[in-house]
Amino acid sequence: MDQPAALTSDLIGRESEVVLFEVERGAIRKFADAVQDQTPACLRGDIAPPSFPTTFRMTIPGVTFDLARVLHGAQEYRYERPLRVGDRVRCRVRVANVYRREGRLGEMTFLILAMDGTDESGHPIFSGTTTAILR
Amino acid sequence: MTGPVLAARSDLDSGSVLPDLRKPPITKVQLVKYAGASGDYNLIHTDDETARTVGLDGVIAHGMLSMAFLGEYLCWLAGPESVRRLSVRFVEMVRPGDTLTCRGRVKEATAVNTGRRLQLEVWAENQRAVRVTIGEAEVEIT
Repeated sequence: MDQPAALTSDLIGRESEVVLFEVERGAIRKFADAVQDQTPACLRGDIAPPSFPTTFRMTIPGVTFDLARVLHGAQEYRYERPLRVGDRVRCRVRVANVYRREGRLGEMTFLILAMDGTDESGHPIFSGTTTAILR
Repeated sequence: MTGPVLAARSDLDSGSVLPDLRKPPITKVQLVKYAGASGDYNLIHTDDETARTVGLDGVIAHGMLSMAFLGEYLCWLAGPESVRRLSVRFVEMVRPGDTLTCRGRVKEATAVNTGRRLQLEVWAENQRAVRVTIGEAEVEIT
């Protein structure tokens, strides 16, 4: 298997395509069931649980890594409003930062990804920041 | 159906301790379900053999599963329409068999035109009272 290229700071600013995701009732219910979320509106599939934007998966050209060597260090979501069943969300993710730091386990690469989701008229619904740590 | 836990609480202020939400023990089946529901197919969460190749004793839970627990915690506290922010760091590994409890306290309460905005400190801790996922949140209650 090919070894993925090292992540370097020249990737900063690179972004995914804008991808349209539809928030489906079944997907909300399946997510709520998996995490045993007892919120009635989530169990009914009316409102998505707060961490549901993690299901919106996109790729950024040039950003590849070995999944087994990546740690999820931190995650933030900010919400203008909750995601609701039937929402059609335009999402994009971009590389906000890449830097190296010496840690307990030697040198590690920190990859900061910024994601946002808007409705079809461009109004923001949520934004997210992911910190991935690559060993 | 009962409303959000904090809806009737006008006494909340900086330092107020929030009620706990104890989750059922995490199972391997739950990790498989979460992988499917979230789209995170990293095999270190579902395949012991893969987990061992990277130096783990066996599968570990997705960090995002504990974030989902804290998301539910905020919905339970304030209602799903009231969650404005959730920011977490994954600081310790979680394994099948672990039981997580969501806890929190109020850092700051401010009046806004629709009610009150609360800045919260929240975390998930395991059955040994070790904080595995720690974070901050903001909710608005009316």
